[in-house]
Amino acid sequence: MERVYANRKFIVIGLFLVIGLAYVIRLFFIQIVADKYVLSANNNVLRYITQYPARGLVYDRYGKLLVYNEAAYDLMVIPKQVKNVDTAELCRLLEIEKKDFVERVEKARNYSPYRPSIFESQITRENYGYLEEKMFRFPGFFVQPRTLRKYTYPIAAHTFGYIGEAGPEVIEINPYYKSGDYIGISGVEKSYEEQLRGKKGMKIRVVDVLNRDKGSFQGGKYDTIAYTGTDLYSSLDADLQAYGEQLMAGKKGSIVAIEPSTGEILCIITSPSYDPNLLVGRIRRTNYTKLLEDSIMVPLFNRALMASYPPGSTFKVVDALVGQQVGVLTPETRYFCPGGFPLGNGKKVACHSHFSPLDLRQSIQHSCNTYYCRVFKSIIDKRPFTSTRAGYEIWRNLVMSLGFGHKFGIDIPGELNGNIPSSNYYDRYHGKNRWTSMAIISLGIGQGEIGITPLQMANLAALISNRGFYYTPHIIKAIGKKDNLNKEFLVKHVCGIDPQYFPIVVEAMHDVMEAGGTGFASRVDGIEICGKTGTAQNPHGKNHSIFISFAPKDNPRIAVAVVVENAGFGATYAAPIATLMIEKYINREVKRKDVEQSMISGNLLNKGKVIDQ
Amino acid sequence: MRERHSVFEHIDWWLVIIFLLLVVMGWLNIYAAVYDENHGSIVDMHVKYGKQMAWILAGLFLGLIVLLIDGKFFSQFAYLIYIFCILLLIAVIFTGKEISGSKSWFQFAGIALQPGEFAKMGTALALAKFLSKNETDIRKRKELFVAICLILFPSVLIFLEHDTGSAIVFFSFIFVLYRAGLSEKLVIGFVLVPLLAVLSLLINKFIILGFLFIIALFFFLYSKRKIRNIILISLVYLGSAGFVFSVDYAVNHILEPHQRVRVNVLIGKEIDLKGAGYNVNQSLIAIGSGGAWGKGFLKGTQTKYNFVPEQSTDFIFCTVGEEWGFAGSFVVVGLFIALLIRIILVAERQRSRFSRFYGYGVASIIFFHFMINIGMTLSLIPVIGIPLPFFSYGGSSLWAFTLLLFIFIRQDSYRYELL
Repeated sequence: MERVYANRKFIVIGLFLVIGLAYVIRLFFIQIVADKYVLSANNNVLRYITQYPARGLVYDRYGKLLVYNEAAYDLMVIPKQVKNVDTAELCRLLEIEKKDFVERVEKARNYSPYRPSIFESQITRENYGYLEEKMFRFPGFFVQPRTLRKYTYPIAAHTFGYIGEAGPEVIEINPYYKSGDYIGISGVEKSYEEQLRGKKGMKIRVVDVLNRDKGSFQGGKYDTIAYTGTDLYSSLDADLQAYGEQLMAGKKGSIVAIEPSTGEILCIITSPSYDPNLLVGRIRRTNYTKLLEDSIMVPLFNRALMASYPPGSTFKVVDALVGQQVGVLTPETRYFCPGGFPLGNGKKVACHSHFSPLDLRQSIQHSCNTYYCRVFKSIIDKRPFTSTRAGYEIWRNLVMSLGFGHKFGIDIPGELNGNIPSSNYYDRYHGKNRWTSMAIISLGIGQGEIGITPLQMANLAALISNRGFYYTPHIIKAIGKKDNLNKEFLVKHVCGIDPQYFPIVVEAMHDVMEAGGTGFASRVDGIEICGKTGTAQNPHGKNHSIFISFAPKDNPRIAVAVVVENAGFGATYAAPIATLMIEKYINREVKRKDVEQSMISGNLLNKGKVIDQ
Repeated sequence: MRERHSVFEHIDWWLVIIFLLLVVMGWLNIYAAVYDENHGSIVDMHVKYGKQMAWILAGLFLGLIVLLIDGKFFSQFAYLIYIFCILLLIAVIFTGKEISGSKSWFQFAGIALQPGEFAKMGTALALAKFLSKNETDIRKRKELFVAICLILFPSVLIFLEHDTGSAIVFFSFIFVLYRAGLSEKLVIGFVLVPLLAVLSLLINKFIILGFLFIIALFFFLYSKRKIRNIILISLVYLGSAGFVFSVDYAVNHILEPHQRVRVNVLIGKEIDLKGAGYNVNQSLIAIGSGGAWGKGFLKGTQTKYNFVPEQSTDFIFCTVGEEWGFAGSFVVVGLFIALLIRIILVAERQRSRFSRFYGYGVASIIFFHFMINIGMTLSLIPVIGIPLPFFSYGGSSLWAFTLLLFIFIRQDSYRYELL
């Protein structure tokens, strides 16, 4: 009688088919449509182990190793494998508290119980030595080799810069960087990051559910090897740099020395500075904070590139060049100096006592303010320039052709423009076309709104020594190989002043040193130095002592600019320091021990107000 | 009665071939699941694939014996076999060995046997025997009661052994009762009531009431608008509404908190990624990462490196999905569906009611195992640990399914011997 129900087989078979079809559809969606499961499966078994290359080394101009790498170790932990660890011993070795240990393991466990996390980063080789002997007592921990940046000499911290872990903002825009990678954050480390970093490699390992290594993935077919970073050959003279830093000890300011024939920076000193080894590895964060918070010394501020000073009387050589170029000045031009330049409202730009009238050469030798106020006024007011503004623009363009008011594009980050004010600035300040040469007369003697960085001052000295051209100042002369010159710095920049106007200025700067000029006390026997002192009034306290110079007079090998903040006359600190640098560089030793000693021991840190940046 | 050799002439080779295919594929996947480069030998009795090979050979031997036994044997001894199975189930409660939480194993001579697996076969035989009696009419309440008792008795015993998965399988006999003439309304109710209970815990109760109202409205519009129908529809609707609320109340207010958690995990409301949820997640990853053609034999990383637990037993389908991809999974699902349909078709050609109902019993059990096991690996059904027939590692399960199927093949080959 159940034959009646024979048709029910269709219902049953239908149900089987429906379930079968449902499963096939489900399989189709998870196996063919969705791809997240492939990722998850790879995520389960594949471990991408980054092979970190060593960063490139940095040498000085004579081949001395300046920046190198030292082995360091990251202590890694796999929480699931942590069993019977001698916690007290580990804490003692790492100098951490027991609760730090618990916290860090917990943090790692939250990331993944089966995967390695950094427990303690950048353990130095010495500390690792102690740790290594006892590693067997810490199951679940292992070390991963990394490298630490080291500096042979505690010099040029700002120039080298430092490296640190790439932050999320970097990782987001640059796919090369992953969490935990290092990147150059400042200095040469930053500007040559791509050359220095090399190329990371990747090993792909297969692991099982307990994170046990099961060999390389597909026989290492997809593994890549790491390439060591490219070495850099710096133009820096390590000895000169160290000597300059020694001379600047206890002072605020800067020394920049350039080889005029190439634009290579021989030394670049900013003071106060710090030991570059302080910003390395685990100690970087605490030390960096300390340096950052030092608002009195401001040791992280790179004065050589970032401090803009009024150049004071050193700027007179610029007026002498521009005046000749414009045609308002000849070597025979003489101006009478009544002890100052009257401003017309009863005030005057004061000048010191000297014989009068002076010609062009003497005006530089004796640094006459009146002379250069007149030269400046005659440039601005020259006919047929139709207005003050037109005259000013002529002056400004020639000044800027000497490397002022703009960046050079030096290979150290952070360079400042300096300031050669535009006519628009004066229009805004005085009203459109309502200003005359008298309103801006202080520019003529390097005061007023004008702002020049020590690097720009040094470049001016180099340009004058070359009689009219310069190369972009740079710190890295060659990349990879010593003769593989950095091509972007081989371009000659010719300034707007005709070479014929230079010799008189060079002779005058020589007179400054030799013929009883303002730098006479700092002359060096046997070296024909040309220089110009400057004494910059500033709102931060006592005048800045400034000096630009180069030597020898013919075939110059070094151009130096020195700024010593709140040190008074250019002749008191800047000139002796500059000539000591020249002596050191050319003779390789300094005979004037008394000058050297008084410079080193001079402490001027309490002479100025806190610099406001 | 005819001569002995005729047994093989009337064998349904389709069933045998599908059976052999499934067993061989099962073995290959067990081999892949426990494969270790450092462990070469295929016949090593210390590894699972070695043992499974032995189970398969022994199973084939058992199947052969079944084919040689007299055709009347199983119908005549159906109740005896059933009673024997029941006795074993009772015995195992007292003397059994506890393996992973369930006390359902006999152990002797190094072999562990699970009487629960064989009880399905015993029940299928007894139920078929009972339903094949001429006077049995399942539509009568008394006889339905007896049939349900036959089914529930072993199920409850297995439940007491904490082997919930196997206990649930006995509900599959509803297909046999359905084929024997059980009222469709009762069958639908049998399916709908648990469904409604689960839904009432998962979905907002008022949404369910809304849906039920639409269904009621549908019935109202398409039935004759007699007062009786209106009252009936209204009563069923109100009853369902009351049921929905009472289930919710019972779970949230009467059950102890830990019981509530178990219910929630079972219906998938609470995901436990460290426990059962982990297995399902890794299972999905294994199958999903297989793609269209799979990673290749012995190349499944999920299975090879033990990310999927229970991969040679309950989660064996993961290995299929991962190493053979959609193509392989499709073949396996297809083979099971082909086997099930073939069993039904063969059952329908039986002159003996016993053979036919037994056939339905065989199909029901295999279908339930297939549906729950693969549904579980695909995360469509909560994790219930029961093996995939012919595939999963394990002697008891393989032997029990082999016996179950081969008794049916024997019954079928015997059909010409009946008048």
